[in-house]
Amino acid sequence: MSTILPVAFDGIAYASWLFLISAGLTLIYGVMRILNVAHGSLYALGAYAACSLAGAWLGGGLPAAGSFAMLLLAAVLVGSLVGPLIERGLLQWMYGKDEVVLVLITYAVFLIMEDVIKLVWGVDSLLLPEPYALPGNFQLGGLPYPVYNVLLIALALATGLAVAGALYRTRQGKVLLAVIHDREMSMAMGINVSRVYLATFAIGATLAALGGAFTAPTIAVTPGIGVEVIVLAFAVVVIGGLGSLGGAALGALLVGLVRSAAVHYWPEAELFSIYAVMAMVLIARPKGLFAAQEARKI
Amino acid sequence: MKAAIVAIASLVALTALALLSPQWLVFMAMLALAKGVVVLGLLVLMRTGLVSFGQGLYFGIGAYAAALLSHHLHVADAAVMLLAGAATAGLVAALLGLLLAGYRDIFFAMLSLAFSMILYGVLVKSAALGSTDGFNLHARTFFGVALAPGVERRVFLIAGAVCAVVVALLVHRLLGGHWGRLATGVRDNELRVAYLGASPYRVVYVNYLIAGAMAGLGGALAALAVGHVDPEMTYWTTSGEFVFIAILGGIQSILAPFMAATIFEALRTIASQYAPNVWQMSLGLAMLAIIMFLPAGLWTLAERRRRSA
Repeated sequence: MSTILPVAFDGIAYASWLFLISAGLTLIYGVMRILNVAHGSLYALGAYAACSLAGAWLGGGLPAAGSFAMLLLAAVLVGSLVGPLIERGLLQWMYGKDEVVLVLITYAVFLIMEDVIKLVWGVDSLLLPEPYALPGNFQLGGLPYPVYNVLLIALALATGLAVAGALYRTRQGKVLLAVIHDREMSMAMGINVSRVYLATFAIGATLAALGGAFTAPTIAVTPGIGVEVIVLAFAVVVIGGLGSLGGAALGALLVGLVRSAAVHYWPEAELFSIYAVMAMVLIARPKGLFAAQEARKI
Repeated sequence: MKAAIVAIASLVALTALALLSPQWLVFMAMLALAKGVVVLGLLVLMRTGLVSFGQGLYFGIGAYAAALLSHHLHVADAAVMLLAGAATAGLVAALLGLLLAGYRDIFFAMLSLAFSMILYGVLVKSAALGSTDGFNLHARTFFGVALAPGVERRVFLIAGAVCAVVVALLVHRLLGGHWGRLATGVRDNELRVAYLGASPYRVVYVNYLIAGAMAGLGGALAALAVGHVDPEMTYWTTSGEFVFIAILGGIQSILAPFMAATIFEALRTIASQYAPNVWQMSLGLAMLAIIMFLPAGLWTLAERRRRSA
């Protein structure tokens, strides 16, 4: 009984992290039908940018609490600069190609960005422990837990609500939903689909970078951190049903809790458990938990 | 007839390469051949319109099956290892194929990815199999004939060449005939194929099985070449590499996978030697250029030349 609470807390914290990354991935897929492998390097880029910005902030002797603002700023910068660069510079010429070819295009972008990161930041690990240690610990079931994880959970909740609110409550969100539903009809009605794509990709990239920026204080930021993340995020969005925000949330929660249970009770099964969940969900529901019905074409 | 000439010519060329070239080139050729076999299997699958992002699963199974033979059963015959690699992978593909043959598009890709990552998760955590480090293997005989140290790789390359040529001829026959047209039919319009009385499920299943067994053979060849196996062989980046090579070559020709795998290995060797920090970037840029300018792969270059001649 005493371990259930920590397991649940760990699981939810991990799920929050997963959701931050997967939300952007599923949004981009939902609107643009691109399974964006480069999402992993946008995540890594967010982490690196956070290290540089927050590092400079703290190194300048400025108030430590401001480093959280720097993490946010890093994510927004990456999202609004690199996101549009990829979409305008490359992806906009590729729409209409086969889904698998689009995966490979973003895979190529991923390979390129991995090396760009190495060229800019070098191959040594970067550390940014201050923001993680700053809020201190709290007690749960007799064990100390970092308050930072609570912040992470709050951030994921706020992000999820903000994205959902923007989608279903604002005019722009409804335009987006219209484009998802019928691209050609939306164009005919005068919606600037190209701008919608650009905005979607920028927002998705920001969410990926947000995940990276807020992970940076908890890990050693090293080349290759994006490689692992991307397939985890794939697992989450596929479990949820590609393109569904609620699905991504549920998928993240499921994966987070299962992994946390595995880590506590059967550590060897950690990685295995995540993909076993993915395989089982796909076997039971071939298109994920919240997949939209598709008309069969002859 | 033409296929037979090409097959004999490739065999002669590869045998000469195996006997005459320096060790590093033999090693590279062996790896290219191993990957070429895997990608050829992927090509069979892609004729059906399906792309697997989990061929690393069978690549890894083939390699580990071969390696475990010498590790636990003390069977160190290269021929047995190759056979075991292909057979084990084929067996697993026969089982998983029952499930996967019902999936299409991105969901097929993702479920195959999930299975390969499950194996990766298991291998990484199993201390008995060397965890992340993997373990070494050493083939000492070939069909019972003891191999002198130093010439093993050369013998393996010839053996690999024979395997590759036989497999390529079989695939050539398969795809050139009724079955190949059926596969293309499934890719273009599955419902019509079903309407005409053929079973798309069966076509996909058999092609998946073939692709799995060939990836296993490729894995065993790679294990022999490197003398080492590790979980990285089943990681998604390995599977991604195979798809990458397949697109690089294009799916129209049987020779394209081998050509593309050779170019890939050469590019990788050269790039990591002269530009170790940007070798991935050069691959990525090459990939983008091919998708943009040669949508049907490098093979279109050869085709264009033949047509203009």
